[in-house]
Amino acid sequence: MTMKTPPVEVSGLVKNFGRTRALDGLDLTVEPGEVHGFLGPNGSGKSTTIRILLGLLRADAGTARLLGGDPWHDATELHRRIAYVPGDVTLWPNLSGGEVIDLLGRMRGGTNAVRKAELLDRFELDPRKKGRAYSKGNRQKVGLVAALASDAELLLLDEPTSGLDPLMEEVFQECVREARGEGRTVLLSSHILSEVEALCDRVTIIRKGAAVESGTLDELRHLTRTSIHAELASPPDGLPLPGAHDVRIDGTTITFEVDTPRLDDALRQLTEIGVRSLTSRPPTLEELFLRHYKDELAEEVAR
Amino acid sequence: MKGLAGTGGLIRLILRRDRFLLPAWTLVAALIPINFAAATEELLPTAADRMQYAGTTGTNPTFLALYGPLYSNDLGGIIAQRAGFLPVVVGLISVLTVIRHTRTEEEAGRRELLGATVTGRGAGLAAALIVTMAASLVIAVLLAAGMAAQGLPLAGSLAFGLQLAAGGCVFAAVAGVAAQLSEGAGAARGVAVGVLGGAFVVRMAADVGGAGNGLSWLGWLSPFGWAQRMRPYGGERWWTLALIAALVAALVAAAAALSARRDVGAGIMPPKLGPAGAPPRLSGPFGLGWRLQSRPLYGWVAGFAALGVVYGGVAGGVKDMVADNPELEEIFTALGGQSGITDAFFASAMSILGLIAAAYAVSATLRLRTEEAGQRAEPLLATATARLRWAASHLAFSLLGPAAALAVAGAAAGLAHGLNVGDVGRELPRVLGAALAQLPAVWLVAAIALALFGLAPRFAGAAWAAVAAFVVISMFGAALDLNQWIMNLSPFTHIPKLPGHALTAAPFGWLVALTAVLSVAGLAGFRRRDVSAH
Repeated sequence: MTMKTPPVEVSGLVKNFGRTRALDGLDLTVEPGEVHGFLGPNGSGKSTTIRILLGLLRADAGTARLLGGDPWHDATELHRRIAYVPGDVTLWPNLSGGEVIDLLGRMRGGTNAVRKAELLDRFELDPRKKGRAYSKGNRQKVGLVAALASDAELLLLDEPTSGLDPLMEEVFQECVREARGEGRTVLLSSHILSEVEALCDRVTIIRKGAAVESGTLDELRHLTRTSIHAELASPPDGLPLPGAHDVRIDGTTITFEVDTPRLDDALRQLTEIGVRSLTSRPPTLEELFLRHYKDELAEEVAR
Repeated sequence: MKGLAGTGGLIRLILRRDRFLLPAWTLVAALIPINFAAATEELLPTAADRMQYAGTTGTNPTFLALYGPLYSNDLGGIIAQRAGFLPVVVGLISVLTVIRHTRTEEEAGRRELLGATVTGRGAGLAAALIVTMAASLVIAVLLAAGMAAQGLPLAGSLAFGLQLAAGGCVFAAVAGVAAQLSEGAGAARGVAVGVLGGAFVVRMAADVGGAGNGLSWLGWLSPFGWAQRMRPYGGERWWTLALIAALVAALVAAAAALSARRDVGAGIMPPKLGPAGAPPRLSGPFGLGWRLQSRPLYGWVAGFAALGVVYGGVAGGVKDMVADNPELEEIFTALGGQSGITDAFFASAMSILGLIAAAYAVSATLRLRTEEAGQRAEPLLATATARLRWAASHLAFSLLGPAAALAVAGAAAGLAHGLNVGDVGRELPRVLGAALAQLPAVWLVAAIALALFGLAPRFAGAAWAAVAAFVVISMFGAALDLNQWIMNLSPFTHIPKLPGHALTAAPFGWLVALTAVLSVAGLAGFRRRDVSAH
């Protein structure tokens, strides 16, 4: 495999569970060496996608390629090169955390004892406790240490930090950055937007089993609106503002959001009146995400 | 007492949750000995019959060990001896009930939910003990009434009922203590069942040598011995009740004191830590399969060994029992004379062992589904482990587990019987062979479970229905006069009646072939289907 083959290449993926359509023509490409954010509300199909990539589920239509191979037919060979953390790590009640970490590592083809010890230390995890004695967050740490201690070239992380406290979230983010530094590729499914914003090079937003947006954060921002807050020389009553939304005027101050491609026009209108001060803020990922949510809500209300 | 606030509410909760289970086991425990009365009266109608029984079967060492001493030769005494195992059963059910309503609740976190309402710290323990002990006393009353209604002396009937209640109350209290000791319900159950087993073994050792043997003092060290020595229908000794009541009171006080001293969710014994890393043998699916399945297998094999010893030990006595009864003798002679009687007994005993082994095989096979549904299969299958390899790690137990269990049971039975009749060289291979002959039928049942797992995972539990159906066909088919084609549905119907019958290879051949077909279908289905918890 050359470094140019995308580690994850999915197009037109369809998966039905009985009458429910979980994936409806999903496209997703993860480039080598990037941390790719996979965002979507609960039940939008993130876990289903990852399970198809793991060869646990069989797609009904479309193609999926994992590290250049077929995730269903070549599952066993491909799995030597990947590591997976589920959103809800379940452990055997009578096995200690350390045993599970070693077991999963060996079944993948070997563990790195030094890295394991280092990760246990950083995540402050006691590996001697039995599975039943761990809290939700600590079970999650067992899964994370098992995956991060491997030499896998692709990490598939499905909401891996659920139940972790903010300090451990920080440790997790460091570990992911280090993994990227080592040239590894990460697919990070999440709905913690700050996490995605802090870590991801590119993002795919999925809704109802299909990708609705995909690109770098900058590209996505460009597709959306910018917030403008300005103090003008005189009240801007009757000012034509093409592409502006949520306009609020209070005396000489104006606050609005504008479609980013039309930012230029809007600013020109403001300078006509005279600008005393101006702050512009690119949209946060949260706003991007909520916009898609809101569309969905609006659709549902309309129905 | 503030610590007991809310006990009434919790009692209602337990009664509501156990509204079917509790009446069912209470009734069954009382009805079994009541039914013995009619059957025994029919089998041993005259005083002379009973005298003869008391001199032979009733004092046979196996009977003495299993059921305890025979205190009187009349009807009541004989029934009370035959019911001698029931206090152990009632004790076991009481242990399971108390742990289920105390430590299991705590482990699942439901206790915490209730603890936040107006319930005292001791309320959970008190409610579980009250319900369980009350059920034991209900058994005592029902049994006493049922026996007295059949014309047996009232005093003896009451003592008989209280024997069972003693087993229930003592071991409910033992479980109450065990539930305070460890964090895990499994460990608590293990401690309490271990104490119960120990008490039973001590009682067995005391009684096996017959009345007045050098070890009979051991009986005073076991609560079961105390209950037995209440001597129902044989000159009741009521003061043993005081011993039992004192023990129950002491245990309940200990449980309450321990419960008041610890945190909810915690145990008195610190939780055991495991190793920080996996030993070399835990390196793949087979290592994990062994880790998960070997302990239950040891338990089953031990149980099979014990059953084998019992069957082997009783086999000689069957001949005596039949010799006492001309009618039965006629039936068995038609089956092939003196050795025919023993062989027929072994054939039916081995078929029962086969059915139990089938239950083990189904539980070992369905572990696949349990692991999948519990989402523990997913991370394993996301490593470089092929699906079939993972499946094989559990199926090895479905295949070899029953073989080990049946081999041990057959060997134990053959050895015990061989020692009894002084011909181990002949009996051991015959009985061992008869036990192993069950295997093709057992494997077929496991293959049914595997096929369901592979093709219809949501209905994998239906394999238990198949086991239940085969048990009904084997045990009650003849009595219910079932149609032959229904009888033929059970693989066990097709196993030759060994020992004593000709060994025909044909049924083994097609049972194995059918097993192979179902297994291949199940594995192919599993390879093709989605792995999913739902």
